[in-house]
Amino acid sequence: MNLVIFIFIVLLGFTSYYFGRKKAYSIQATNTRLTALPQFYGYYLAIWCAIPAFIIYSLWAIFEPSIVKLIILSDYSNQGYLDDELNLIYEKTKSLSRGQFSGEITPYLETSAEKYLNLRSIAQNSKVVLILAIIIASIVYGYKRISSNNRTREPVEKFLNAVLFTASLAAILTTIGIVFSLIFQTIDFFKVIPLFDFIFGTHWYPAKAFVRDASEPLDPSMYSDTFGAVPIFAGTFFIALIAMCVAIPIGLMSGIYLAEYASTKVRQYAKPLIEILAGIPTVVYGFFAALTVGPFLKDIGTAMGLEVSAESALAAGGVMGIMIIPFISSLSDDVITSVPQGLRDGSYAMGATKSETIKKVIFPAALPGIVGSILLGVSRAVGETMIVVMASGLAANLTFNPLESTSTITAQIVVILIGDQAFGDPKTQAAFALGMTLFLVTLSLNIFALRVVKKYREKYE
Amino acid sequence: MNKNKEKLLNSRYRAEKRFQFYGKSAIFLALLFLTIFIFKIFSTGYTAFQKTWLIVPVTFDAETMYLDENPSKEDLKDADYFDLALQTMFDLDKSASEKQQNDLKRMVSYFFEREIKRELLNDPSLIGKTKDVYLTASDDLDQVFKGNYPRDLPEDQRRVTDYQLKIFDQLVEQGRVESKFNLSFFTYPDSREAELAGIASSFMGSIFSILVCLVIAFPVAVLAAIYLEEFAPKNRFTDFIEVNINNLAAVPSIVFGLLGLGILLAVFQLPRSTPLVGGITLSLMTLPTIIIACRASLKAVPPSIREAALAMGASKMQTTMHHTVPLSMPGTLSGTIIGLAQALGETAPLILIGMVAFVNTIPGSPLDPAASLPVQIYIWAESAERGFVEKVSACIMVLLGFLIIMNLFAQIIRHKFEKKWS
Repeated sequence: MNLVIFIFIVLLGFTSYYFGRKKAYSIQATNTRLTALPQFYGYYLAIWCAIPAFIIYSLWAIFEPSIVKLIILSDYSNQGYLDDELNLIYEKTKSLSRGQFSGEITPYLETSAEKYLNLRSIAQNSKVVLILAIIIASIVYGYKRISSNNRTREPVEKFLNAVLFTASLAAILTTIGIVFSLIFQTIDFFKVIPLFDFIFGTHWYPAKAFVRDASEPLDPSMYSDTFGAVPIFAGTFFIALIAMCVAIPIGLMSGIYLAEYASTKVRQYAKPLIEILAGIPTVVYGFFAALTVGPFLKDIGTAMGLEVSAESALAAGGVMGIMIIPFISSLSDDVITSVPQGLRDGSYAMGATKSETIKKVIFPAALPGIVGSILLGVSRAVGETMIVVMASGLAANLTFNPLESTSTITAQIVVILIGDQAFGDPKTQAAFALGMTLFLVTLSLNIFALRVVKKYREKYE
Repeated sequence: MNKNKEKLLNSRYRAEKRFQFYGKSAIFLALLFLTIFIFKIFSTGYTAFQKTWLIVPVTFDAETMYLDENPSKEDLKDADYFDLALQTMFDLDKSASEKQQNDLKRMVSYFFEREIKRELLNDPSLIGKTKDVYLTASDDLDQVFKGNYPRDLPEDQRRVTDYQLKIFDQLVEQGRVESKFNLSFFTYPDSREAELAGIASSFMGSIFSILVCLVIAFPVAVLAAIYLEEFAPKNRFTDFIEVNINNLAAVPSIVFGLLGLGILLAVFQLPRSTPLVGGITLSLMTLPTIIIACRASLKAVPPSIREAALAMGASKMQTTMHHTVPLSMPGTLSGTIIGLAQALGETAPLILIGMVAFVNTIPGSPLDPAASLPVQIYIWAESAERGFVEKVSACIMVLLGFLIIMNLFAQIIRHKFEKKWS
């Protein structure tokens, strides 16, 4: 039904465009000068026809369910139910009204279901009537404006401008959405777990938070020593460090080689090939790390008499490093190419070899940009999820032995939130608190890195 | 003195050589990783495109199916094929003990009943006759036949029994084992049994998510880019939008998963595990990528185009919509495709919004629960059965294939349609 109304509105919009244009031609036929091109008359009428109806339609779709729910549940309001129970009653009512309910049907529920169906049909009918009325009213208004040859181009363009502006708000809305989705759960989390315990605690066992009867009130003392995030912060830092140990030398050296030494032909093929590494989905890297690199390291370790866990930090970090190589190599390539030729010529004129020029002149000149690209790589490493989930452990050990398994912020978020989540549980909230930490860390890294790169660019451009 | 100088010079040249060598080896290493990587995926995955069948003679005995004489088509549909199917497997070794019979039954997939039924429904005249029927081999035997499974392990350490191997070898000798193209890998949904698991459900899930993502992200991103590049006044607010876009492009994908969970599922109560929610989450993620690409290609349109249009009396809006935007479309489209390719490979946010649930039906709309290709890779990679390893690699090949096609397409659009302004 909703789809029918939607299609109806859209079709009406299109037809009214042709009506508007036709009207413009008929005005033209009476030798009156048009105020705009005929299609603007069409656009004008189409906007008037479709947009008000569409706004009402969407508002209705957003608010109808919650209003219906409010009315249904008002019957149960003074019987002392908890919120969760009320939600359950509502869900039962809905499924009963659809005839898909398999459970005990109480008379209460039956009346509710009847009322629900009743309300829905009233709502549906009044929606149709309201939308039709609005369409008629706005078409009449728009048509009148056209017939009296009012200006049409300006309002249409103003409308388009408003649409463009609204679209550009999407980025801000997303940021706000991220902050909102994280902040409430995080605040709730810190109401139960003191911030100090979270930042400085050294035991992370979120599984312990499972053993709780939902009907009992929360007892914060139960969670002491459960949500101490030091092990996962350390793990995150450690795996990122291993990744950068792989990525920085290889990425930087290949960036330098591509920028300074490689012939155009080599550059033409090597650069896109290396960049393929950045296009491979991370889950594929994770599989590769878990299936090939982990067992390989384990075999080597056993041959050397070392004890290596099959899910070692080294495997996850190393593979993550491979993933980050192209980020560092292309960024540092760009940065080095944009160092002015004059610096190079000056150095050569003094008799320096090419590598001396690179090491003593170009590298220092390009350093801020290179640091920026490394920071962007670090932020990638910190935010990377699937490789760690699949190749490193899920238990948070506080260790700096690369052969043991550790866990990271991202991996813990996945571990906690995979499967069903109960909002309002400290365990779920912990994941959001971790998400908040991750967001803040990567955000500051990015802002800092972008600023450094920008400063550097301004210096030479 | 002269000797010292020469020495110094030589050491400087050596340092030069060393440095070049480091550079070359860095590139070599990076390309080596890529090669190992692709080789590993292909070498473990290509066998998944073959499937092992046991060709077993089935006697369509009306009595075993509890059918009357001259059954109608309806009767055949409703008949009980299980006993007939069991009997077929038991007939492979008439002297089998009860435990061995159980082994015999486990040599084929649990679809064997359905496969026999299909045969009879295709040709009802088979009743009372015997015919060779292709039955899907169990995934352990499948792996044995492909040589992925070591046969020399002690019996208690492998999942196929000696007895099963004996019967299987007999069948191989009789030419009753055949390897054919694994069509069911593409047409079946996910399954707990490796031999029956396919990518159809996750493939459709990916397609729906990407479509939802495209429908939302493309128009919004293009409109936003047009505003920011052509209309926005230079003030603090638009600067703020710009900073926002740049930062969003670098936010880890899992944070978008938390956004989907905390806002789309918890507040807006959209259905869990569906491509609709997955697509919306991905669209928020790809939005900055497309905006940045679209702005870059709008910027590349030379001002003379705009000036010419304005000089002819077009309004600012007409100039933009009729001239600048169409000229920037090739760049925008290729940026969009690259953004969608990124979204196609994304896993973590989809796991958080529940697209990791086991789905054994093929979704018909974005509102049905589904997985996606990368999530399918994750699910299979986590499962212990040996048969899934090659499935994961094969699924990766399909995914990489799609990514390559999309990227090639983006390149072609860029090179073929983009105007070069000199």
